[in-house]
Amino acid sequence: MFGIYRKILTTGVLTEKFARKKRATQQVALESRETGIDELGKKLQATIDKRFAGSLHIRQVDAGSCNGCELEIHALNNVYYDIERFGVHFVASPRHADVLLVTGPVSRNMEAALRRTYEATANPKWVIAVGDCGACGGEFGVSYASCGAVANVIPVDAVVPGCPPTPLDLMRGILDLFSC
Amino acid sequence: MNETNELAHDVALSMEPAAHFHLELSNRGVEFQAISPSPLLPTQFLEVAKPGDWGKVASVAKDQAWRWVAGWAEDEGNLFSVSVCLELQGTYLVLRTRTDGGNPFLPSHAPYFVSANRPERHMRDMFGIKFTGHPDPRRWTRHQAWDSETYPLRHAFPKEGQSPGQTPPDKDYPFFKVEGHGVFEIPVGPVHAGIIEPGHFRFHAVGETLLNLEERLCYVHKGIEKIAEGRTAESLARLAGRVSGDTTVGHAFAACLAMERAAGLEVPLRASFIRGLLVELERVINHLWDMAAICNDVAFAFAYYQFGRLRELWLRDNQALFGHRLLMDRIVPGGVNVDVTLESSERITKSIKFLRRELSELVTIHDQNSSLEDRLVAAGHLRVEDAQTLGALGFVGRSSGQSFDVRKDAPYSPYDQLEVTVPVENQGDVASRFWVRYKELWVALKLIEQLLEKMPDGEIATPWVSPPPDAEGLGLVEGWRGEILSYVRFGEDGKISRYYPRDPSIVNWPALEKLVLGNIVPDFPVCNKSVNGSYSGNDL
Repeated sequence: MFGIYRKILTTGVLTEKFARKKRATQQVALESRETGIDELGKKLQATIDKRFAGSLHIRQVDAGSCNGCELEIHALNNVYYDIERFGVHFVASPRHADVLLVTGPVSRNMEAALRRTYEATANPKWVIAVGDCGACGGEFGVSYASCGAVANVIPVDAVVPGCPPTPLDLMRGILDLFSC
Repeated sequence: MNETNELAHDVALSMEPAAHFHLELSNRGVEFQAISPSPLLPTQFLEVAKPGDWGKVASVAKDQAWRWVAGWAEDEGNLFSVSVCLELQGTYLVLRTRTDGGNPFLPSHAPYFVSANRPERHMRDMFGIKFTGHPDPRRWTRHQAWDSETYPLRHAFPKEGQSPGQTPPDKDYPFFKVEGHGVFEIPVGPVHAGIIEPGHFRFHAVGETLLNLEERLCYVHKGIEKIAEGRTAESLARLAGRVSGDTTVGHAFAACLAMERAAGLEVPLRASFIRGLLVELERVINHLWDMAAICNDVAFAFAYYQFGRLRELWLRDNQALFGHRLLMDRIVPGGVNVDVTLESSERITKSIKFLRRELSELVTIHDQNSSLEDRLVAAGHLRVEDAQTLGALGFVGRSSGQSFDVRKDAPYSPYDQLEVTVPVENQGDVASRFWVRYKELWVALKLIEQLLEKMPDGEIATPWVSPPPDAEGLGLVEGWRGEILSYVRFGEDGKISRYYPRDPSIVNWPALEKLVLGNIVPDFPVCNKSVNGSYSGNDL
């Protein structure tokens, strides 16, 4: 048990906005080079505070992705990005969600499930299409098995291109949607 | 055993596996032709003359303990060809037969090999080839996006499909029924309660105990095989890199290897070494992530964040050194498009040192945590016999006594010049799948060091030269999940006419149905994570 506490203490706070002291390891200095989170996070938090009373709930839907986008969406929750501190939470049900974060291309076999998830989400709601495939069909396009872009199936409010978009791209995408 | 039999047995043992197979086929009166030299070198190849003998062939393979690796079909106009890849003691063998295009049917291999079950259902849905004697007549890849009388991989089927408008929900799939006092059914998915790929699980439980699990996959079927047709080699490599995003390097490697073999193209040694390096980097980031996720699924948040932190560092290294966090599109036909400089080599070496130190520290904590052990040990037990029957691959197989590893048993460049150790356990539970990943991670770090140390000078790619029409190739590599097979055939103008990737998930998904039995429903997430099949890689 003490081992856990010791490790937590010696690892220190790595979350990039708040990395106060570089006491933990040499590696921290290397890690902090990834910039942009600080500024971006501040803006994001201000927007969410103003428009969503401090918390924005996201339901992620994989509608046919190769799972590359999912890996980067997951990374938003790791200690470096820790998107929860800005008030962004991933929730388990579309009933709890403000935003659907949809990766694509939308496969024909997921089309009905995506429509139903959209219908199950309470108003007001927003949809962000993630990745090149979600944006325009990407490498897969439209075929007998793929509807292509998310916008071909449900209304889309913002698009975050990239193959896959990085965690910073994703944060920027959420910010862009609510800043205008 | 009498004397003659014993003699025959000894002879068989001393024979090369393929020769032994030929001998037994002749003994059973199967007409076949071993094509030499094989069009799929280094894999051996034989054609079975009569489709009616196809079942007998499987029976011989089963008797001789071959592993059923993969099966795929091709539309040849008036005929359909079906090919099956087998493996025994590191020898790969491809069998092929042809069936009439008007009324295509073949004896099924599924009664002999579990791993043939879903691939044959896939071939039936995509080509309309009936497999007689198949134990499960239900559709698999087909949901409602096309009707039961049309087959997307036949040449006559248009790429864009035929039924415009909305795709109806797939609500009438005939799931297995389990009935009895106190039995209830839990449908889960396709949209799951997390950041995870879609698929449907149908559980039958009594109280908390699972009696049965049925997987219903193919929700993310996006027509990869069909849209591969007509692509250039370079474009196919990109597509292969998106068969399963977490295995982008592995699939691109296998596809490029297949294309280069078809074209008879020799890749510079330095390119092979860099490919090996990229595959091992992919193994490191994925194993770290899985170890994190397994801990997360039993609410051990500490380890989730620690392993996740280490993974992020390696992703950033990837971005800094190779220009992409997941290493997509770094492997191209003919070689690679990124080089390893002295500085990058130094940075990787430094990262390895740091990771080793961190892992040693974390694993001590992990090991001393009895509540964690309580959740992982004995959960999701896959028996050694079951793993063997299923032909389980990668860490799923290696936690249940299956030692096969392409890097060691059928080495390809660069692994033919490296020392590969393969950790194997017999415990078969979630804990074991955690520890095998941990051990594989250490092996990967050692391999990266060897690769950097022995990295030869030279070019990183050789110019791509398209092969003549009909050239075919087979690539087999060990991805982080296990053996990946990639089959490629070229058509006119150097364009792809057939691509079939077999992700290890296709073989490993059925293992999950086995290993959850008798476990409690709340342990399903951790059992699932310990196998971590790719949905996208399975559904194609």
